[in-house]
Parts: sequence; C-alpha cells; structure tokens
Amino acid sequence: MAFESYVLVCGGTACCSGGADNIVEAFASELAAAGLKDKVQVVKTGCLGFCEQGPIVKILPQGTFYVQVKAEDVKEIVAEHLVKGRVVQRLCYDPEQAKKLVAEANIPFYQKQYRIVLRNCGVIDPEKIDDYIARDGYKAIEKVLFEMTPEQVVDEILKSGLRGRGGAGFPTGMKWKFAMMQPKGQKYMVCNADEGDPGAYMDRSTLEGDPHSILEAMIIAGYAIGASKGFIYIRAEYPLAIRRLEVAIEQATELGLLGKDILGSGFDFEIELRFGAGAFVCGEETALLQSIEGNRGMPKPRPPFPAVKGLWGRPTVINNVETLANIPVIINKGADWFNKIGTATTKGTKVFALTGKVNNSGLIEVPMGTTLREIIFDVGGGIRGGHQFKAAQTGGPSGGIIPPQFLDTPIDYESLAKIGSIMGSGGLIVMDETDCVVDIAKFYLDFTVDESCGKCAPCRIGGRKLLNYLNKITDGRGTEDDIVQMQNISDAMCKASLCGLGQTASNPVKSTLRYFMDEYMEHIRDKKCRSGKCSKLISYTIDPAKCKGCTACARKCPAGAISGAVKTPHVIDQSKCIKCGACEATCKFGAISHG
Amino acid sequence: MSGKVETMTPELKAFIEEWKTKPGNLIMVLHRVQQTYGYIPREIAIETAELLDVPLAKIYGVVTFYNFFRLQKAGKYNVQVCLGTACYLRGGDDIIKEFEKELGVGVNTTTPDGLFSVEAVRCLGCCGLAPVAVVNGEVHGKLETKNVAGIIDQYRKLG
Ligand SMILES: Cc1cc2nc3c(=O)[nH]c(=O)nc-3n(C[C@H](O)[C@H](O)[C@H](O)COP(=O)(O)O)c2cc1C
Ligand code: SF4
Ligand code: SF4
Ligand code: FES
Ligand code: FES
Repeated sequence: MAFESYVLVCGGTACCSGGADNIVEAFASELAAAGLKDKVQVVKTGCLGFCEQGPIVKILPQGTFYVQVKAEDVKEIVAEHLVKGRVVQRLCYDPEQAKKLVAEANIPFYQKQYRIVLRNCGVIDPEKIDDYIARDGYKAIEKVLFEMTPEQVVDEILKSGLRGRGGAGFPTGMKWKFAMMQPKGQKYMVCNADEGDPGAYMDRSTLEGDPHSILEAMIIAGYAIGASKGFIYIRAEYPLAIRRLEVAIEQATELGLLGKDILGSGFDFEIELRFGAGAFVCGEETALLQSIEGNRGMPKPRPPFPAVKGLWGRPTVINNVETLANIPVIINKGADWFNKIGTATTKGTKVFALTGKVNNSGLIEVPMGTTLREIIFDVGGGIRGGHQFKAAQTGGPSGGIIPPQFLDTPIDYESLAKIGSIMGSGGLIVMDETDCVVDIAKFYLDFTVDESCGKCAPCRIGGRKLLNYLNKITDGRGTEDDIVQMQNISDAMCKASLCGLGQTASNPVKSTLRYFMDEYMEHIRDKKCRSGKCSKLISYTIDPAKCKGCTACARKCPAGAISGAVKTPHVIDQSKCIKCGACEATCKFGAISHG
Repeated sequence: MSGKVETMTPELKAFIEEWKTKPGNLIMVLHRVQQTYGYIPREIAIETAELLDVPLAKIYGVVTFYNFFRLQKAGKYNVQVCLGTACYLRGGDDIIKEFEKELGVGVNTTTPDGLFSVEAVRCLGCCGLAPVAVVNGEVHGKLETKNVAGIIDQYRKLG
C-alpha cells in the first residue's frame, strides 16, 4: 500500500539527543488522532547531515524541511501541514530572517551536495532491510554473484578509479587485485570503522544511517578477493552504530544474503563485529589487525602488506567505511558512470564532517574538485557570528592547516598534498580569527603524543619534544631557535617513524610554521597572542583615566592581584594575576582591558 | 566501592565460554567484563585469565594499552566531556573545567560519594552539537559553562 505522505524523523545521534524518539511517538499518536494513520508513514531515518539545526523532520513528497523541531510542535505539523496542506513557516530553516525556505532543495546547505555515499542516509529506516532493498539494495550482489567473475569485479573497481577514503587514497581495485592474486585459502575482508580523527563522524553516520550498504560492499569484496569471512572493526564509543550493524547482520542472514551459499550461488560469507577500545593508532591497518587478534595495537613494518600477510598471517583487505559505501553503486551504475565524477586523479565524491566556526556545521558530501570556498561559504553558510575566516584544517591530527589564499583550490588528494595538507578521512575544521594557530598545533600534538603507541623512538620522543616547544611558545618562553629545532624534529619524524601516525604527526606544526610564521614570531618576540587564546600571554590592565576606584574588581579577583584605595585608580599586580578575566567582566566603567 | 570483591556472574561466564575458542577473543571478552562491572576488577581479570588460558600479564598489557578500559570503578554517573577538535574549538576545555569546579574533582577521579566521575574523551561523533558532554550515554550538546551546574543537579536529584 502506498502512503500519501511520509514523515522522515532524523534518528541520528545528534537528533536523538534532541528528543527524536519523543517526536516519533508524538507523530504516531497525533496521526492516529487525526485519522491519518493509513495515509502517512513515519520513518525514523539516519542522519540528514544538518545536525546543527536538529532535530530535523522532513515531509515527503513536498520535501518540506523542518528544523529544531520539538515534540510539542508535532500537533501543529499534523494539523496544518498534513491535514490542511499548509507549511508551518515558523519551523522552516531561516538563515537570514528573510525569505522562508520551504523545501530541502532550496537550502544552500544541500544545493552543492551530491550524494553517493550518503544516498540512503536520512531517506530509509536503517533498521528495515526492506527499505534498503527498495532502493536497489543488494541488487549489486545478485549482479556480482551471478553475472561477474571475481576478475571482472576487480576490473570494474579499478576502472572506476575509486581510491581509499580512509586517508591515504590508495586505489581500491589495486588492493583487491593483490589479495585476489594470492593463492586460494583462508582470506579476510576487514572494514575499518575505527574513525579515529577527533572531530569527524562521517563513518559513524553512514553506519547508523545505511548499515546494509557496508554489508553488501563487504560481500562483494569478499567474493572478489576470495574471502569467506569479514570483520567490521568498530569503535566501542559508537553504540548506536553497533546496534544497527547487529540488526542489519541479523536481517541479512535471515534473507540468505549472508552465511552459507548466498542466494544459492555457492558463495559463503559471514561478518563478525570486533570492537575497538579507544586507541587512535588502531585505525592504522597493521595495528588494527593486531587488535582484532586480541593484542595491544602496535603497528608493524610494511612490507609484508596485509593483502599478502594480514590477519593471522592470511591475505587481508582493509577498507574504510566510506570507500565501501561507494562499491554497490559502482557495480550498479558502472565504472564509467563513477569515473566521470570528480577530478583527473580523484573520482567520485567526498563526505566531510564540517565543524568549527561555520554557520551550518554538519555532514556533507560533495563531488571531488569542489573548492573549499564552496564548501565553507556556500554549503557551510560562512563563518559564524560575522567573524573572519582564518584557516581550515583537513586530515585531523595527520593533516595540515590551509590559509585563506587556497580557498579556491579544487580539492583532491594531490591538490591538498601540494598545499601541505591531506585529504584525510573527512574532518574539515573551520577556524576564525579568535583561534590561535599555535594553540591548534599544540592541540593536535597533544593528541598524537597521547596516542603514540611508543614502539618507535622518532614518534615517541620527537612528538614529546615538539609538544614541549609548543608549550614553551604559548607560555611566552619561546625563542627563535625553537623554531629551527621544531623544523628539524618534524623532518626527522616524517622520515624515521614506523607508521603513519608518527610520519604525519608533525604536519599540523609544519603547515602552521609554513603559513603562519608571523604568529609564531609574535608569540616569541612580542609575547603576544593576537587571538587572545594563549591565556598566559594576555595581560590585564586598568586604565587609570577610566577607573573610578569602585573596588568591585578587587573584590572579585580570586588571586588578590588588584590593589588600590577606594575612589583612587586601582592597579593589577601582574605577578599575582592568573588571567581569569573576572575583573574585566566586573568593571562597570570599561576601565579594564586585556591584550 | 573500592573494597568490594566482585564475583563472576553466570552470564559473563557463559559469554567467556562461548568466545573461548574464537581467535582474537580477548578484547571482546574484556568489553563484556567492563560492561558488567563498569571497570575491569582484578579478581575478575584473574579468573578470566584462567578461563581463557592466557597469562594475566597479557590481560593487563591489553587493558593498559587501550584507553577505553578502566581499572577503577567510575562514578554512578560518568561525565564524558568531549575534547575532540570540534568541541575544543567551541570551548570544550572550559566545559570540563566547569565540571571539575562544580564537582570538586579532577579528570579521571570520582567524587567521594561515588556519584560522579569526570573523563575527557576525544570526539563522541556528535560534533555538530559541539561542545558536547555525555553522561551515562545521554548526550548533552551545545553546552555553555552556565548549563553545567544544572546538568549535575539533574542527575544528583536522581540519586
Ligand atoms: C594513525 C592512523 C590512523 C588511521 N585511522 C584510520 C581510521 O580511523 N579509519 C580508516 O578508515 N583509516 C584509518 N587509517 C588508514 C588505514 O591505515 C588504512 O589505510 C585504511 O583503513 C585503508 O582503507 P582505504 O584504502 O579504504 O582507505 C589510519 C592510518 C593511520 C596511520
Ligand atoms: S610512529 Fe608512533 S604510533 Fe607509529 S609505531 Fe612508531 S611510536 Fe607507534
Ligand atoms: S584577570 Fe583575574 S586574576 Fe587577573 S587581576 Fe583580573 S580578576 Fe585578578
Ligand atoms: S543526527 Fe540528525 S541531522 Fe545529523
Ligand atoms: S569533537 Fe566533540 S563530538 Fe566530535
């Protein structure tokens, strides 16, 4: 039976925390009360990407897009929109209080997007396999198992130009080919769902919103390389994604899409989940395999590559979630369809978790070759609070910072590498002039030092030293020689570290030194942080001309740093001041300022 | 809390038996231990080592390598404040300081009444809501320092 309308309620993590479940319940009871139960279908979907404005409700077929919906609003949506066909204007997204935008297609956030990976996210109920099947789900399996040889599958993926989305951009077809060419016997297919970049959640949303697409891709990959067993290595911090994968595996097994003799083809494939345990280095493929084997996640030198010698010494392919999400579409629509999207060297789309100081933070998917300007200003709606764009960081702790002069670079693996960053897995962090680049470099180093497994000295010692220098500089004790030292250590870490973590850990330092040397010099020479972020470099002063001697600040100061008699100008003892800012906030006469 | 000796539940034992023959079972078993007790109690670690026939040292090697596993019991309400990049940029460090101030404990410590513990984590995957804190799985997003006291009260009332 077809429904007249569909109510899509976002059930992603962000919207669930805003009360999506209550909204679903409210729709159920309000629709029943209005006698619309058989005409309107309520679907709890995965993330629609617009998390910042959540909880999100979308009404089909009109495509009306309601933001920041509360359970109390549901009555009105049912009565007005679903009964009378009138859009509830007050719940529409409204960026500049001007024209009300009604349909999703009119929201700039969605206009430049192109959804392959996220094709089903926010459209289907991820806990219903029928929803997935209705949108061509598991169709690619039939094609692969009954019409294609493993060689043909590998060729198709090679021809598509698909490259790994986990960070390094290695051609996926090539990886599959290596594993396929290994002698027959036990082989493994592993999905890397460890998503370690702090500040990124592309893979989480894909798994939560469309888990079957990953299962389908793993079956295809298993068939191509000759593996009968797959593992999904997923962060334990993602409980909703884990639950949805468990449900999906159960449903697929029930329909004979997983297990022995899939669809009567004679091909066997099963998938098991393995949980990560909060170690960033386990995203690195050799460490990940160690972790699946139940060991401490320490990387191993390559070669041998996992495609030759992986899990328990057997040939193993490891692919990232987003890489895999592309596979069924490529099989269904063909390599020649896919390889027309993107740039000369990088085909397809990229999902980014757009965060930081942008107006519309959220999950986006754009064709490769889109510029940062389009992403940040068109899709992301520009910088929050009327501030200035200062820099963007891609690639998380392994990536680099990108200054304004490169905003018009069309993004692909090569162009980002050329300007000193990397594509990474899809974290895209936007900074404004209130962020300090030295502080950001310190933030990332602090992370990598924490997460270094300690196996090799360049990473373990080099990282610690870099962090010490950065601390020195942000504390106002830096010298110009420190910069030289930092450059030397960075180079040594790149060259001599065993795994990608150490090899790339200095990228945030190198790129900030390259583009923001003037800010480093300000910290070192002038003991100044222009953003005000490095609190040890701030000093608070009282303007004697404005100070009325009201004593309010002296009473507020937790450090007892302010002295002065009543009705005479007060002074701050810099050696006592802990830079808390309380005095400035207290002074009614604007006499206290910092710089 | 600290002096209590934990005993192995029948469910946990069954789980270990089920996983015993699977290669690479240790981390999955430890996850189940932590899910059961909220941490990895020493006596359970010893028993697990015997059941799985692995050296106790290996279990401790794994437990100390991975941040997710804890050797001490957390508070009844474990406050995880995100210090991932998105949250950091939007003031996550101020939020964690506020929690520490309000609760009077530092990171990775539990309040004397055993009710609260504070933990810093790196990205909870809801960066769109930055800055974020999660209390026993419940997400609190778009936090400001002035919300912190209210959140604590909300759980304190539950006791
Ligand atoms: C320190 C480090 C962390 C990594 N973290 C991840 C991760 O969280 N997710 C991921 O898919 N790949 C990660 N990678 C990349 C993997 O090693 C591997 O290249 C990738 O999973 C291969 O899949 P792909 O070819 O589909 O990209 C990481 C690499 C390094 C060096
Ligand atoms: S580079 Fe760092 S994380 Fe990688 S093996 Fe060496 S110490 Fe471990
Ligand atoms: S900034 Fe804080 S410590 Fe320093 S003088 Fe003002 S109130 Fe006192
Ligand atoms: S979780 Fe609802 S839009 Fe992302
Ligand atoms: S950075 Fe805090 S939730 Fe991702």
